[in-house]
Amino acid sequence: MKNQRLPYWLTLGVAIVFLFMHAPLLVLVLFSFNDSKFSMEWKGFTTKWYERLAERQDILDGLYSSLTVALGSTAIATVLGTLMALALARHQFRGRRAMEALLYVPIVTPEIVVGISLLILFMAAHVPLGLGSITVAHVAFNISFVAVVVHARLQGMERNLEEAAMILGADEITAFFRVTVPQLWPGILSGAMLAFTMSFDDYVITSFVAGTDAATLPMVVYAMVKKNIEPSVNAISTVVLIATTILIFAADRAGREKPLTAEKAPVE
Amino acid sequence: MTARRRFLRFFHERPQFKAWALLAPGLIWLVLFFLIPLTMMFGYSFMPRNVYGGVDFGFTLENYGRFFDPLYLKIVVKTTLYAIGCTAICLLLGFPVAYAIARGGRFRNFLIFLIMLPFWTSFLVRMYAMMFLMRDSGLINKTLMDAGVIGTGFEMLSTPFAVLTGLVFGFLPFMVLPIYASLEKLDHALLEAASVLGARPAKRFFRVTLPLSLPGVIAGSLLVFIPALGSFLTSDVLGGAKEILVGNLVQNQFTSARDWPFGSAASFVMMTLVLGAVTLYLRVRDADEAMGK
Repeated sequence: MKNQRLPYWLTLGVAIVFLFMHAPLLVLVLFSFNDSKFSMEWKGFTTKWYERLAERQDILDGLYSSLTVALGSTAIATVLGTLMALALARHQFRGRRAMEALLYVPIVTPEIVVGISLLILFMAAHVPLGLGSITVAHVAFNISFVAVVVHARLQGMERNLEEAAMILGADEITAFFRVTVPQLWPGILSGAMLAFTMSFDDYVITSFVAGTDAATLPMVVYAMVKKNIEPSVNAISTVVLIATTILIFAADRAGREKPLTAEKAPVE
Repeated sequence: MTARRRFLRFFHERPQFKAWALLAPGLIWLVLFFLIPLTMMFGYSFMPRNVYGGVDFGFTLENYGRFFDPLYLKIVVKTTLYAIGCTAICLLLGFPVAYAIARGGRFRNFLIFLIMLPFWTSFLVRMYAMMFLMRDSGLINKTLMDAGVIGTGFEMLSTPFAVLTGLVFGFLPFMVLPIYASLEKLDHALLEAASVLGARPAKRFFRVTLPLSLPGVIAGSLLVFIPALGSFLTSDVLGGAKEILVGNLVQNQFTSARDWPFGSAASFVMMTLVLGAVTLYLRVRDADEAMGK
């Protein structure tokens, strides 16, 4: 797929599609610095909308709730998902195909269905709604995503190094923590990053299981969007955008690094 | 023998047990917080409504019967049509983009990054960005008025155009990535062979490139169709009260309308459509693979 140049009309068409995909967000960011409350006219540069954000307690609380939920649910989902991926990639057992099918159910189920079905469970079981119930819900949809990402990485991984370690006298536990985990680390990290972003961004599921007292950042943003008041919405959106962009770069770097010292050692 | 060695030997002698020990924590979580809630929701969809929220005990088919009411039937049909329309537009826009990236030479990585970027960005923020452009006093209306194309701002939000544009804007990356993946794997030798054998570029595209990218096209279509069918935020933010899809109907039953059984039934109508799409995908994929061999 190379050598020949693309036809002129195709390049133009593709450029327009890229514009459609990115221009709306650029406009949003640009107008978060506009010194005018209502008008779409450019009235000069200001950072006052950002200053307003810092004064709002609900936004700071929302950010704190979101980080708590995202960190907690990512940690649990990453461990559980990685273990499931290990079982699926490394072991033969009865019911394997059913297990793989089960892993895909959360991925294809619409978010709103996940949200209301969990609400039904929590209400019937008298589980108090709040940050705890949100975390439980986020783990439930994130396990599958972690398992699928780690499973893909495991399939491309050879077992030579583990076998070598065991021949050299390591038992299974040592081989797992000193060889398998470092080798698998980029996969685990990308799974965790995916889980973190999905948890941090989720509005639909969260809104159903949050109850009346807890509010994550997307819930605060949603309320602001619905009221549609001032450019503060643009400012908070820009903050969320920048936070996720930093996360992608971090995930990308983490995914590339290979912390396994054996590979870095010079071959004699 | 130390505890550690006893532990290892126990699992070494029972490989099945070891696999299930690894699976158990995640499996229990998925059963408790995924399968059981879905089963409960299925049960609720057959029960009479309790006016204070929740359900009364009993059995009724009335919740599903209501979908024959033209009012609700229209919502289901409309949602399906929007999902199909969104998938078709994404395919039309996404294929050329994937094709251009696959041939993008040294810009390839940067272009892939541009496709990945919205994929990772908050969906809510992206829908707000669309709303910001489209609202009555938004940039599109203002630009058109300044240019003298229109006299007064016209209403773009709460129209099918707004919802469909929002859906395409939201899910286009899901279409581009799988098509790109299958185009990238395409063997250049096959294209050269076609040229050597006298195929013109257009024929070469339709007889070689397009058929070989079919797995990506099918996967991309499913990845767009499913979330479009289950979408709630897009129509909520861009459609207002006028553009109601099944997702909004479900949400409404669990919040203001307080009719949980009907909401559960609506969810299962949605799930049935999704499972239908997945089944169709598996059929087509298997047929495609069988043809390849």
